[in-house]
Amino acid sequence: MWETLDDLYWTYQSLIHGIGVNGILALSIYVVLAVGQLSLGQAAFMGVGAYTGALLTVKAGVPFPVAMAGAAAVPALIALVVGGPTLRLTGVYLAIATIGLGEITRIVFLNWDYAGGALGLSGIPEKGGVGAIYGTLAAALLALVLIARSRIGRAMEAMREDEAAAGVMGVNLPRYRMTALVVSSALAGLAGCLSAHVSSFIGPNEYGFETAVTILSYALLGGIGSPVAPVLGAAILTLLPEVLRPLADFRLMVNGLIIVLAVLFMPRGILPWRIARTGAR
Amino acid sequence: MLEQQLVNGVVLGATYALFAVGFTLMFGVMGVINLTYGVYFALGAFAALWTTQGLGLGIAAALPVGALVAGLVAVAIDSLLLTRLRRAKAPELASLMVTLGATLFLYAGMAAWLGTEIRRFPAAIFDGGAYSLGSVRVGTTQLLIIGAAFLFVAALLALVRGSRLGLAIRAVAENPEAAALMGINGGLMVRVVSFLSGAIGGAAGVLVGLNFNAIQPFMGEHMMLRGFAVIIVGGLGDLRGALVAGLLLGFAEVLTAAYISSTFKDLTAFALLVATLWFRPMGLFGRAAAKRA
Repeated sequence: MWETLDDLYWTYQSLIHGIGVNGILALSIYVVLAVGQLSLGQAAFMGVGAYTGALLTVKAGVPFPVAMAGAAAVPALIALVVGGPTLRLTGVYLAIATIGLGEITRIVFLNWDYAGGALGLSGIPEKGGVGAIYGTLAAALLALVLIARSRIGRAMEAMREDEAAAGVMGVNLPRYRMTALVVSSALAGLAGCLSAHVSSFIGPNEYGFETAVTILSYALLGGIGSPVAPVLGAAILTLLPEVLRPLADFRLMVNGLIIVLAVLFMPRGILPWRIARTGAR
Repeated sequence: MLEQQLVNGVVLGATYALFAVGFTLMFGVMGVINLTYGVYFALGAFAALWTTQGLGLGIAAALPVGALVAGLVAVAIDSLLLTRLRRAKAPELASLMVTLGATLFLYAGMAAWLGTEIRRFPAAIFDGGAYSLGSVRVGTTQLLIIGAAFLFVAALLALVRGSRLGLAIRAVAENPEAAALMGINGGLMVRVVSFLSGAIGGAAGVLVGLNFNAIQPFMGEHMMLRGFAVIIVGGLGDLRGALVAGLLLGFAEVLTAAYISSTFKDLTAFALLVATLWFRPMGLFGRAAAKRA
Protein backbone atom coordinates (compact mmCIF):
# COMPACT_ATOMS: atom_id res chain seq x y z
CA MET A 1 0.00 0.00 0.00
CA TRP A 2 2.69 2.48 1.03
CA GLU A 3 4.83 1.37 -1.85
CA THR A 4 2.07 2.11 -4.33
CA LEU A 5 1.54 5.52 -2.78
CA ASP A 6 5.27 6.14 -2.87
CA ASP A 7 5.43 5.20 -6.56
CA LEU A 8 2.46 7.40 -7.27
CA TYR A 9 4.16 10.27 -5.48
CA TRP A 10 7.41 9.93 -7.39
CA THR A 11 5.63 9.65 -10.72
CA TYR A 12 3.41 12.65 -10.17
CA GLN A 13 5.69 14.63 -7.86
CA SER A 14 5.83 17.79 -9.93
CA LEU A 15 2.09 17.66 -10.53
CA ILE A 16 1.40 17.35 -6.80
CA HIS A 17 3.71 20.29 -6.11
CA GLY A 18 2.15 22.25 -8.94
CA ILE A 19 -1.41 21.85 -7.67
CA GLY A 20 -0.43 23.12 -4.22
CA VAL A 21 1.63 26.08 -5.47
CA ASN A 22 -1.03 27.07 -7.99
CA GLY A 23 -3.64 26.81 -5.24
CA ILE A 24 -1.74 29.43 -3.24
CA LEU A 25 -1.47 31.59 -6.37
CA ALA A 26 -5.21 31.23 -6.90
CA LEU A 27 -5.77 32.50 -3.36
CA SER A 28 -3.45 35.42 -4.05
CA ILE A 29 -5.51 36.57 -7.05
CA TYR A 30 -8.72 35.83 -5.13
CA VAL A 31 -7.79 38.37 -2.46
CA VAL A 32 -7.51 41.13 -5.11
CA LEU A 33 -10.59 40.09 -7.08
CA ALA A 34 -12.62 39.80 -3.88
CA VAL A 35 -12.45 43.56 -3.41
CA GLY A 36 -13.38 44.16 -7.04
CA GLN A 37 -9.91 44.96 -8.43
CA LEU A 38 -8.16 43.27 -11.34
CA SER A 39 -4.43 42.60 -11.16
CA LEU A 40 -2.30 41.08 -13.89
CA GLY A 41 0.84 41.54 -11.83
CA GLN A 42 0.61 38.44 -9.64
CA ALA A 43 3.28 36.64 -11.67
CA ALA A 44 5.71 39.47 -10.96
CA PHE A 45 5.09 39.27 -7.22
CA MET A 46 5.55 35.52 -7.48
CA GLY A 47 8.85 36.15 -9.26
CA VAL A 48 10.00 38.62 -6.61
CA GLY A 49 9.22 36.02 -3.94
CA ALA A 50 10.99 33.28 -5.87
CA TYR A 51 14.11 35.40 -6.41
CA THR A 52 14.15 36.69 -2.83
CA GLY A 53 13.78 33.20 -1.38
CA ALA A 54 16.31 31.64 -3.76
CA LEU A 55 18.92 34.38 -3.27
CA LEU A 56 18.49 34.07 0.49
CA THR A 57 19.07 30.30 0.53
CA VAL A 58 21.65 30.10 -2.27
CA LYS A 59 23.76 33.22 -1.68
CA ALA A 60 23.14 34.00 1.99
CA GLY A 61 22.62 30.43 3.15
CA VAL A 62 19.83 31.27 5.57
CA PRO A 63 17.43 28.58 6.86
CA PHE A 64 14.34 27.90 4.76
CA PRO A 65 11.77 29.47 7.14
CA VAL A 66 13.72 32.75 7.08
CA ALA A 67 13.78 32.62 3.26
CA MET A 68 10.01 32.12 3.30
CA ALA A 69 9.54 35.12 5.57
CA GLY A 70 11.68 37.22 3.25
CA ALA A 71 9.80 35.93 0.20
CA ALA A 72 6.55 37.15 1.75
CA ALA A 73 7.92 40.44 3.07
CA VAL A 74 9.73 41.81 -0.02
CA PRO A 75 6.78 41.56 -2.47
CA ALA A 76 4.49 42.96 0.24
CA LEU A 77 6.82 45.91 0.66
CA ILE A 78 6.93 46.52 -3.10
CA ALA A 79 3.13 46.34 -3.21
CA LEU A 80 3.00 48.93 -0.45
CA VAL A 81 5.23 51.30 -2.43
CA VAL A 82 3.68 50.94 -5.91
CA GLY A 83 0.17 50.44 -4.54
CA GLY A 84 -0.52 54.12 -3.80
CA PRO A 85 -0.44 55.56 -7.31
CA THR A 86 -1.51 52.29 -8.98
CA LEU A 87 -4.65 51.64 -6.96
CA ARG A 88 -6.06 55.05 -7.86
CA LEU A 89 -6.69 53.48 -11.26
CA THR A 90 -9.70 51.29 -11.90
CA GLY A 91 -10.85 48.61 -14.32
CA VAL A 92 -8.96 48.31 -17.59
CA TYR A 93 -6.45 50.97 -16.57
CA LEU A 94 -5.51 49.08 -13.42
CA ALA A 95 -5.17 45.86 -15.43
CA ILE A 96 -2.82 47.51 -17.94
CA ALA A 97 -0.79 49.23 -15.21
CA THR A 98 -0.22 45.89 -13.49
CA ILE A 99 0.84 44.37 -16.83
CA GLY A 100 3.39 47.21 -17.19
CA LEU A 101 4.72 46.78 -13.66
CA GLY A 102 4.97 43.03 -14.22
CA GLU A 103 6.99 43.48 -17.42
CA ILE A 104 9.34 45.95 -15.71
CA THR A 105 9.98 43.39 -12.96
CA ARG A 106 10.67 40.67 -15.54
CA ILE A 107 13.12 42.86 -17.45
CA VAL A 108 14.93 43.77 -14.22
CA PHE A 109 15.43 40.05 -13.43
CA LEU A 110 16.46 39.44 -17.04
CA ASN A 111 19.30 41.94 -16.73
CA TRP A 112 20.31 41.44 -13.11
CA ASP A 113 23.59 39.56 -13.38
CA TYR A 114 23.90 38.81 -9.66
CA ALA A 115 20.66 36.82 -9.91
CA GLY A 116 21.79 34.94 -13.01
CA GLY A 117 20.39 37.28 -15.66
CA ALA A 118 18.71 35.55 -18.57
CA LEU A 119 20.12 32.17 -17.50
CA GLY A 120 18.26 32.27 -14.21
CA LEU A 121 19.35 30.71 -10.94
CA SER A 122 19.92 26.99 -10.63
CA GLY A 123 21.01 24.71 -7.84
CA ILE A 124 18.42 26.01 -5.41
CA PRO A 125 18.30 23.55 -2.48
CA GLU A 126 15.19 21.35 -2.47
CA LYS A 127 13.48 22.26 0.73
CA GLY A 128 9.98 22.30 2.08
CA GLY A 129 8.34 19.99 -0.42
CA VAL A 130 4.80 18.73 -0.03
CA GLY A 131 4.57 19.49 3.70
CA ALA A 132 5.49 23.15 3.37
CA ILE A 133 3.39 23.69 0.24
CA TYR A 134 0.18 22.15 1.53
CA GLY A 135 0.75 23.54 5.02
CA THR A 136 0.94 27.06 3.59
CA LEU A 137 -2.05 26.42 1.35
CA ALA A 138 -4.15 25.09 4.24
CA ALA A 139 -3.18 27.94 6.56
CA ALA A 140 -3.92 30.58 3.92
CA LEU A 141 -7.20 28.94 2.97
CA LEU A 142 -8.33 28.71 6.59
CA ALA A 143 -7.41 32.32 7.29
CA LEU A 144 -9.20 33.55 4.17
CA VAL A 145 -12.33 31.50 4.88
CA LEU A 146 -12.47 32.95 8.40
CA ILE A 147 -11.96 36.47 7.05
CA ALA A 148 -14.60 35.93 4.36
CA ARG A 149 -17.11 34.91 7.02
CA SER A 150 -16.39 37.94 9.16
CA ARG A 151 -17.41 41.57 9.01
CA ILE A 152 -14.38 42.24 6.82
CA GLY A 153 -15.58 39.66 4.34
CA ARG A 154 -18.95 41.38 4.16
CA ALA A 155 -17.26 44.69 3.46
CA MET A 156 -15.17 43.07 0.72
CA GLU A 157 -18.22 41.57 -0.91
CA ALA A 158 -20.00 44.92 -0.75
CA MET A 159 -17.04 46.57 -2.49
CA ARG A 160 -17.07 43.94 -5.21
CA GLU A 161 -20.77 44.29 -5.91
CA ASP A 162 -21.08 48.08 -5.76
CA GLU A 163 -18.09 50.15 -4.81
CA ALA A 164 -19.93 53.44 -4.53
CA ALA A 165 -22.61 52.03 -2.27
CA ALA A 166 -19.99 50.31 -0.08
CA GLY A 167 -18.12 53.61 0.25
CA VAL A 168 -21.29 55.42 1.28
CA MET A 169 -21.96 52.75 3.88
CA GLY A 170 -18.65 53.58 5.51
CA VAL A 171 -16.28 50.99 4.03
CA ASN A 172 -12.78 52.47 3.93
CA LEU A 173 -12.18 51.71 0.23
CA PRO A 174 -8.51 52.77 -0.16
CA ARG A 175 -7.45 50.89 2.95
CA TYR A 176 -9.22 47.69 1.87
CA ARG A 177 -7.74 47.91 -1.61
CA MET A 178 -4.21 48.42 -0.29
CA THR A 179 -4.50 45.66 2.32
CA ALA A 180 -5.82 43.27 -0.32
CA LEU A 181 -2.92 44.07 -2.66
CA VAL A 182 -0.30 43.66 0.09
CA VAL A 183 -1.75 40.36 1.34
CA SER A 184 -2.11 39.06 -2.19
CA SER A 185 1.50 39.89 -3.11
CA ALA A 186 2.77 38.25 0.08
CA LEU A 187 0.85 35.09 -0.86
CA ALA A 188 2.20 35.19 -4.42
CA GLY A 189 5.70 35.65 -2.99
CA LEU A 190 5.30 32.58 -0.77
CA ALA A 191 4.09 30.55 -3.74
CA GLY A 192 7.12 31.71 -5.74
CA CYS A 193 9.52 30.78 -2.95
CA LEU A 194 7.95 27.33 -2.53
CA SER A 195 7.99 26.56 -6.24
CA ALA A 196 11.63 27.74 -6.53
CA HIS A 197 12.61 25.33 -3.75
CA VAL A 198 10.95 22.31 -5.31
CA SER A 199 11.96 22.89 -8.93
CA SER A 200 15.49 24.02 -7.90
CA PHE A 201 15.62 26.38 -10.90
CA ILE A 202 14.12 29.80 -11.60
CA GLY A 203 14.39 32.02 -14.65
CA PRO A 204 13.03 35.49 -15.45
CA ASN A 205 10.71 34.31 -18.22
CA GLU A 206 8.73 32.09 -15.88
CA TYR A 207 7.11 35.17 -14.39
CA GLY A 208 5.80 37.01 -17.43
CA PHE A 209 2.41 38.00 -18.78
CA GLU A 210 1.42 34.43 -19.61
CA THR A 211 1.88 33.25 -16.04
CA ALA A 212 -0.16 36.22 -14.84
CA VAL A 213 -3.10 35.30 -17.05
CA THR A 214 -2.82 31.65 -16.09
CA ILE A 215 -3.16 32.69 -12.44
CA LEU A 216 -6.16 34.83 -13.31
CA SER A 217 -7.80 31.94 -15.13
CA TYR A 218 -7.71 29.83 -11.94
CA ALA A 219 -10.00 32.29 -10.16
CA LEU A 220 -12.07 32.73 -13.27
CA LEU A 221 -12.77 29.04 -13.72
CA GLY A 222 -13.36 28.40 -10.03
CA GLY A 223 -15.28 31.56 -9.26
CA ILE A 224 -14.69 34.03 -6.46
CA GLY A 225 -17.76 33.38 -4.34
CA SER A 226 -15.57 31.77 -1.69
CA PRO A 227 -11.80 31.15 -1.28
CA VAL A 228 -12.25 27.43 -1.93
CA ALA A 229 -13.49 28.02 -5.48
CA PRO A 230 -10.27 29.45 -7.01
CA VAL A 231 -8.20 26.68 -5.38
CA LEU A 232 -10.40 24.13 -7.09
CA GLY A 233 -10.07 26.06 -10.36
CA ALA A 234 -6.29 25.93 -10.00
CA ALA A 235 -6.38 22.17 -9.37
CA ILE A 236 -8.48 21.59 -12.49
CA LEU A 237 -6.37 23.80 -14.75
CA THR A 238 -3.16 22.23 -13.44
CA LEU A 239 -4.45 18.70 -13.96
CA LEU A 240 -6.01 19.45 -17.31
CA PRO A 241 -2.83 19.46 -19.44
CA GLU A 242 -1.89 16.10 -17.91
CA VAL A 243 -5.28 14.58 -18.58
CA LEU A 244 -5.30 15.97 -22.10
CA ARG A 245 -1.77 14.78 -22.84
CA PRO A 246 -2.96 12.27 -25.48
CA LEU A 247 -4.27 15.24 -27.48
CA ALA A 248 -0.67 16.48 -27.87
CA ASP A 249 -0.62 19.74 -29.83
CA PHE A 250 -4.33 20.35 -29.40
CA ARG A 251 -4.10 20.35 -25.64
CA LEU A 252 -3.39 24.09 -25.46
CA MET A 253 -6.29 24.73 -27.81
CA VAL A 254 -8.60 22.81 -25.49
CA ASN A 255 -7.21 24.78 -22.55
CA GLY A 256 -8.11 28.05 -24.29
CA LEU A 257 -11.49 26.70 -25.31
CA ILE A 258 -12.30 25.78 -21.71
CA ILE A 259 -11.55 29.32 -20.56
CA VAL A 260 -13.79 30.73 -23.31
CA LEU A 261 -16.66 28.37 -22.47
CA ALA A 262 -16.25 29.00 -18.74
CA VAL A 263 -16.59 32.76 -19.19
CA LEU A 264 -19.48 32.55 -21.63
CA PHE A 265 -21.57 29.92 -19.90
CA MET A 266 -20.49 29.97 -16.26
CA PRO A 267 -19.87 33.64 -15.49
CA ARG A 268 -19.74 32.94 -11.75
CA GLY A 269 -17.34 30.00 -12.04
CA ILE A 270 -17.93 26.32 -11.38
CA LEU A 271 -18.43 26.94 -7.66
CA PRO A 272 -20.84 29.88 -7.77
CA TRP A 273 -22.05 29.69 -4.19
CA ARG A 274 -21.21 32.50 -1.86
CA ILE A 275 -19.75 31.87 1.53
CA ALA A 276 -22.26 31.18 4.31
CA ARG A 277 -22.23 33.94 6.87
CA THR A 278 -24.28 34.47 9.96
CA GLY A 279 -26.51 37.48 9.58
CA ALA A 280 -26.12 37.51 5.82
CA ARG A 281 -29.18 36.84 3.73
CA MET B 1 25.05 58.80 -36.61
CA LEU B 2 22.30 60.74 -34.87
CA GLU B 3 20.47 61.26 -38.18
CA GLN B 4 20.45 57.52 -38.83
CA GLN B 5 19.18 56.88 -35.28
CA LEU B 6 16.38 59.36 -35.81
CA VAL B 7 15.38 57.64 -39.06
CA ASN B 8 15.47 54.28 -37.30
CA GLY B 9 13.34 55.80 -34.57
CA VAL B 10 10.74 56.96 -37.07
CA VAL B 11 10.63 53.54 -38.71
CA LEU B 12 10.28 51.68 -35.41
CA GLY B 13 7.76 54.23 -34.18
CA ALA B 14 5.70 53.91 -37.35
CA THR B 15 5.74 50.14 -36.86
CA TYR B 16 4.31 50.54 -33.36
CA ALA B 17 1.79 53.13 -34.50
CA LEU B 18 0.68 50.95 -37.41
CA PHE B 19 0.05 48.10 -35.00
CA ALA B 20 -1.62 50.20 -32.33
CA VAL B 21 -4.07 52.13 -34.53
CA GLY B 22 -6.37 49.15 -35.03
CA PHE B 23 -6.00 48.14 -31.39
CA THR B 24 -7.00 51.56 -30.11
CA LEU B 25 -9.90 51.84 -32.59
CA MET B 26 -11.25 48.54 -31.32
CA PHE B 27 -10.94 49.71 -27.73
CA GLY B 28 -12.38 53.15 -28.38
CA VAL B 29 -15.63 51.87 -29.85
CA MET B 30 -16.13 48.58 -28.03
CA GLY B 31 -14.64 49.53 -24.66
CA VAL B 32 -12.96 46.14 -24.49
CA ILE B 33 -9.31 45.18 -24.45
CA ASN B 34 -9.35 42.59 -27.19
CA LEU B 35 -6.30 40.40 -26.66
CA THR B 36 -6.92 38.51 -29.91
CA TYR B 37 -5.63 41.57 -31.78
CA GLY B 38 -2.09 40.14 -31.73
CA VAL B 39 -3.36 37.06 -33.56
CA TYR B 40 -4.71 39.16 -36.46
CA PHE B 41 -1.21 40.60 -36.88
CA ALA B 42 0.21 37.10 -37.46
CA LEU B 43 -2.81 35.95 -39.49
CA GLY B 44 -2.36 38.81 -41.97
CA ALA B 45 1.30 37.95 -42.42
CA PHE B 46 0.57 34.27 -43.01
CA ALA B 47 -2.26 34.98 -45.42
CA ALA B 48 0.12 37.23 -47.37
CA LEU B 49 2.77 34.54 -47.37
CA TRP B 50 0.23 32.09 -48.75
CA THR B 51 -0.78 34.54 -51.47
CA THR B 52 2.81 35.06 -52.58
CA GLN B 53 3.94 31.45 -52.23
CA GLY B 54 0.81 29.50 -53.07
CA LEU B 55 -0.63 31.79 -55.72
CA GLY B 56 2.64 33.38 -56.83
CA LEU B 57 1.29 36.91 -56.65
CA GLY B 58 3.15 40.08 -55.70
CA ILE B 59 2.87 42.29 -52.68
CA ALA B 60 0.16 44.40 -54.31
CA ALA B 61 -2.15 41.38 -53.98
CA ALA B 62 -0.72 39.98 -50.75
CA LEU B 63 -1.32 43.10 -48.67
CA PRO B 64 -5.08 43.31 -49.33
CA VAL B 65 -5.49 39.56 -48.94
CA GLY B 66 -3.71 39.66 -45.57
CA ALA B 67 -5.88 42.54 -44.42
CA LEU B 68 -9.09 40.91 -45.67
CA VAL B 69 -8.42 37.56 -43.98
CA ALA B 70 -7.50 39.19 -40.66
CA GLY B 71 -10.52 41.50 -40.85
CA LEU B 72 -12.94 38.65 -41.48
CA VAL B 73 -11.52 36.58 -38.64
CA ALA B 74 -11.81 39.61 -36.36
CA VAL B 75 -15.51 39.96 -37.23
CA ALA B 76 -16.09 36.25 -36.67
CA ILE B 77 -14.35 36.26 -33.28
CA ASP B 78 -16.16 39.37 -32.16
CA SER B 79 -19.62 38.17 -33.07
CA LEU B 80 -18.95 34.70 -31.69
CA LEU B 81 -17.60 35.81 -28.32
CA LEU B 82 -18.02 39.45 -27.47
CA THR B 83 -21.48 40.18 -28.83
CA ARG B 84 -23.18 37.92 -26.32
CA LEU B 85 -21.17 39.38 -23.44
CA ARG B 86 -22.06 42.87 -24.63
CA ARG B 87 -25.73 41.91 -24.69
CA ALA B 88 -25.50 40.49 -21.16
CA LYS B 89 -23.70 43.67 -19.96
CA ALA B 90 -20.89 41.48 -18.58
CA PRO B 91 -18.10 43.23 -16.66
CA GLU B 92 -14.91 44.09 -18.55
CA LEU B 93 -13.05 41.33 -16.73
CA ALA B 94 -15.23 38.77 -18.52
CA SER B 95 -14.48 40.24 -21.97
CA LEU B 96 -10.78 40.40 -21.16
CA MET B 97 -10.74 36.74 -20.11
CA VAL B 98 -12.80 35.51 -23.03
CA THR B 99 -10.45 37.14 -25.52
CA LEU B 100 -7.57 35.69 -23.54
CA GLY B 101 -9.00 32.19 -23.88
CA ALA B 102 -9.58 32.79 -27.57
CA THR B 103 -5.99 34.01 -27.95
CA LEU B 104 -4.62 30.83 -26.36
CA PHE B 105 -6.87 28.79 -28.63
CA LEU B 106 -5.92 30.65 -31.81
CA TYR B 107 -2.18 30.73 -31.08
CA ALA B 108 -2.11 27.02 -30.26
CA GLY B 109 -4.19 26.30 -33.36
CA MET B 110 -1.90 28.33 -35.60
CA ALA B 111 1.20 26.75 -34.09
CA ALA B 112 -0.23 23.26 -34.62
CA TRP B 113 -1.32 24.04 -38.17
CA LEU B 114 1.52 26.21 -39.46
CA GLY B 115 4.41 25.14 -37.23
CA THR B 116 6.41 27.41 -34.97
CA GLU B 117 9.48 27.85 -37.16
CA ILE B 118 10.27 31.25 -38.62
CA ARG B 119 9.19 31.70 -42.27
CA ARG B 120 10.52 34.08 -44.88
CA PHE B 121 8.76 35.81 -47.73
CA PRO B 122 10.09 34.82 -51.20
CA ALA B 123 13.00 37.10 -52.06
CA ALA B 124 11.55 38.50 -55.26
CA ILE B 125 8.22 39.53 -53.77
CA PHE B 126 9.26 43.07 -53.11
CA ASP B 127 12.40 44.66 -54.44
CA GLY B 128 13.55 46.21 -51.24
CA GLY B 129 15.95 48.79 -52.58
CA ALA B 130 17.32 51.43 -50.26
CA TYR B 131 17.68 55.17 -50.67
CA SER B 132 20.55 57.06 -49.17
CA LEU B 133 20.80 60.72 -48.43
CA GLY B 134 24.24 61.60 -47.18
CA SER B 135 25.00 59.02 -44.51
CA VAL B 136 21.38 58.14 -43.87
CA ARG B 137 19.91 54.98 -45.41
CA VAL B 138 16.29 54.02 -45.53
CA GLY B 139 14.73 51.02 -47.26
CA THR B 140 11.66 50.99 -49.51
CA THR B 141 9.76 48.72 -47.10
CA GLN B 142 10.56 51.08 -44.28
CA LEU B 143 9.23 54.03 -46.28
CA LEU B 144 6.13 51.96 -47.00
CA ILE B 145 5.61 51.38 -43.27
CA ILE B 146 5.96 55.07 -42.44
CA GLY B 147 3.61 55.97 -45.28
CA ALA B 148 1.06 53.33 -44.25
CA ALA B 149 1.04 54.47 -40.62
CA PHE B 150 0.29 58.06 -41.56
CA LEU B 151 -2.18 57.03 -44.28
CA PHE B 152 -4.16 54.72 -42.00
CA VAL B 153 -4.44 57.31 -39.26
CA ALA B 154 -5.47 60.03 -41.72
CA ALA B 155 -8.01 57.76 -43.43
CA LEU B 156 -9.51 56.59 -40.15
CA LEU B 157 -9.71 60.14 -38.81
CA ALA B 158 -11.46 61.23 -41.99
CA LEU B 159 -13.86 58.32 -41.68
CA VAL B 160 -14.62 58.77 -37.99
CA ARG B 161 -14.78 62.57 -37.95
CA GLY B 162 -16.05 63.36 -41.41
CA SER B 163 -18.60 60.81 -42.55
CA ARG B 164 -22.10 59.70 -41.57
CA LEU B 165 -20.75 56.21 -40.91
CA GLY B 166 -18.15 57.72 -38.57
CA LEU B 167 -20.85 59.72 -36.81
CA ALA B 168 -22.81 56.51 -36.25
CA ILE B 169 -19.68 54.75 -34.97
CA ARG B 170 -18.99 57.58 -32.55
CA ALA B 171 -22.59 57.50 -31.36
CA VAL B 172 -22.37 53.77 -30.64
CA ALA B 173 -19.07 54.30 -28.79
CA GLU B 174 -20.61 57.09 -26.70
CA ASN B 175 -23.86 55.38 -25.77
CA PRO B 176 -25.09 52.19 -27.47
CA GLU B 177 -28.66 52.45 -26.12
CA ALA B 178 -29.18 56.03 -27.18
CA ALA B 179 -27.66 55.24 -30.57
CA ALA B 180 -30.08 52.35 -31.01
CA LEU B 181 -33.01 54.64 -30.16
CA MET B 182 -31.81 57.00 -32.90
CA GLY B 183 -32.12 54.16 -35.38
CA ILE B 184 -28.45 53.30 -35.63
CA ASN B 185 -27.72 49.62 -36.23
CA GLY B 186 -25.27 49.06 -33.37
CA GLY B 187 -24.48 45.46 -34.32
CA LEU B 188 -23.52 46.56 -37.82
CA MET B 189 -21.29 49.36 -36.52
CA VAL B 190 -19.51 46.93 -34.20
CA ARG B 191 -18.90 44.58 -37.14
CA VAL B 192 -17.59 47.44 -39.29
CA VAL B 193 -15.17 48.51 -36.56
CA SER B 194 -14.08 44.91 -35.91
CA PHE B 195 -13.38 44.45 -39.60
CA LEU B 196 -11.46 47.71 -39.90
CA SER B 197 -9.35 47.00 -36.80
CA GLY B 198 -8.63 43.43 -37.80
CA ALA B 199 -7.76 44.49 -41.34
CA ILE B 200 -5.36 47.15 -40.06
CA GLY B 201 -3.79 44.59 -37.71
CA GLY B 202 -3.41 42.18 -40.63
CA ALA B 203 -1.92 44.81 -42.93
CA ALA B 204 0.50 45.82 -40.18
CA GLY B 205 1.53 42.16 -39.87
CA VAL B 206 2.24 41.95 -43.62
CA LEU B 207 4.32 45.14 -43.67
CA VAL B 208 6.25 44.43 -40.48
CA GLY B 209 6.81 40.82 -41.57
CA LEU B 210 8.10 42.13 -44.90
CA ASN B 211 10.45 44.55 -43.17
CA PHE B 212 12.04 41.93 -40.91
CA ASN B 213 11.42 39.17 -43.48
CA ALA B 214 10.61 36.80 -40.65
CA ILE B 215 7.15 35.72 -39.61
CA GLN B 216 5.91 33.14 -37.12
CA PRO B 217 2.60 32.50 -35.33
CA PHE B 218 3.63 34.25 -32.11
CA MET B 219 4.91 37.44 -33.76
CA GLY B 220 1.98 39.41 -32.34
CA GLU B 221 2.73 38.69 -28.70
CA HIS B 222 5.77 40.93 -28.44
CA MET B 223 3.86 43.66 -30.26
CA MET B 224 0.84 43.38 -27.97
CA LEU B 225 2.84 44.48 -24.92
CA ARG B 226 4.24 47.42 -26.92
CA GLY B 227 0.74 48.08 -28.18
CA PHE B 228 -0.51 48.50 -24.62
CA ALA B 229 2.16 51.11 -23.99
CA VAL B 230 1.27 52.98 -27.18
CA ILE B 231 -2.48 53.09 -26.62
CA ILE B 232 -2.12 54.13 -22.98
CA VAL B 233 0.43 56.86 -23.64
CA GLY B 234 -1.65 58.12 -26.57
CA GLY B 235 -4.92 57.86 -24.68
CA LEU B 236 -7.23 54.85 -24.98
CA GLY B 237 -9.26 55.05 -28.16
CA ASP B 238 -7.44 58.08 -29.55
CA LEU B 239 -6.21 57.57 -33.15
CA ARG B 240 -4.01 60.67 -33.29
CA GLY B 241 -2.61 59.71 -29.88
CA ALA B 242 -1.67 56.24 -31.14
CA LEU B 243 0.38 57.76 -33.97
CA VAL B 244 2.17 60.29 -31.76
CA ALA B 245 2.74 57.80 -28.94
CA GLY B 246 3.99 55.16 -31.38
CA LEU B 247 6.55 57.56 -32.83
CA LEU B 248 7.50 58.75 -29.34
CA LEU B 249 8.05 55.19 -28.17
CA GLY B 250 10.06 54.34 -31.29
CA PHE B 251 12.36 57.35 -30.76
CA ALA B 252 12.68 56.61 -27.05
CA GLU B 253 13.64 52.98 -27.64
CA VAL B 254 16.12 53.69 -30.43
CA LEU B 255 17.79 56.55 -28.57
CA THR B 256 17.99 54.61 -25.28
CA ALA B 257 19.56 51.67 -27.09
CA ALA B 258 22.04 53.90 -28.90
CA TYR B 259 23.09 56.27 -26.14
CA ILE B 260 22.32 54.65 -22.79
CA SER B 261 22.24 50.88 -23.02
CA SER B 262 20.32 48.23 -24.89
CA THR B 263 19.39 46.79 -21.50
CA PHE B 264 17.13 49.73 -20.86
CA LYS B 265 15.60 49.64 -24.35
CA ASP B 266 12.89 47.16 -23.37
CA LEU B 267 12.31 48.95 -20.12
CA THR B 268 11.50 52.25 -21.88
CA ALA B 269 8.09 51.18 -23.13
CA PHE B 270 6.90 49.98 -19.76
CA ALA B 271 8.42 52.85 -17.82
CA LEU B 272 6.53 55.23 -20.15
CA LEU B 273 3.37 53.17 -19.72
CA VAL B 274 3.46 53.14 -15.93
CA ALA B 275 4.51 56.79 -15.65
CA THR B 276 1.61 57.81 -17.91
CA LEU B 277 -0.89 55.84 -15.87
CA TRP B 278 0.41 57.25 -12.61
CA PHE B 279 0.58 60.88 -13.61
CA ARG B 280 -1.76 61.32 -16.56
CA PRO B 281 -4.06 58.29 -16.86
CA MET B 282 -6.06 59.80 -19.71
CA GLY B 283 -2.95 59.78 -21.93
CA LEU B 284 -1.47 62.58 -24.00
CA PHE B 285 -4.65 63.49 -25.86
CA GLY B 286 -7.34 61.85 -23.77
CA ARG B 287 -10.15 63.81 -22.25
CA ALA B 288 -10.77 63.49 -18.52
CA ALA B 289 -13.92 61.53 -19.32
CA ALA B 290 -11.80 58.71 -20.69
CA LYS B 291 -11.00 57.83 -17.11
CA ARG B 292 -14.45 56.38 -16.71
CA ALA B 293 -13.72 53.58 -19.11
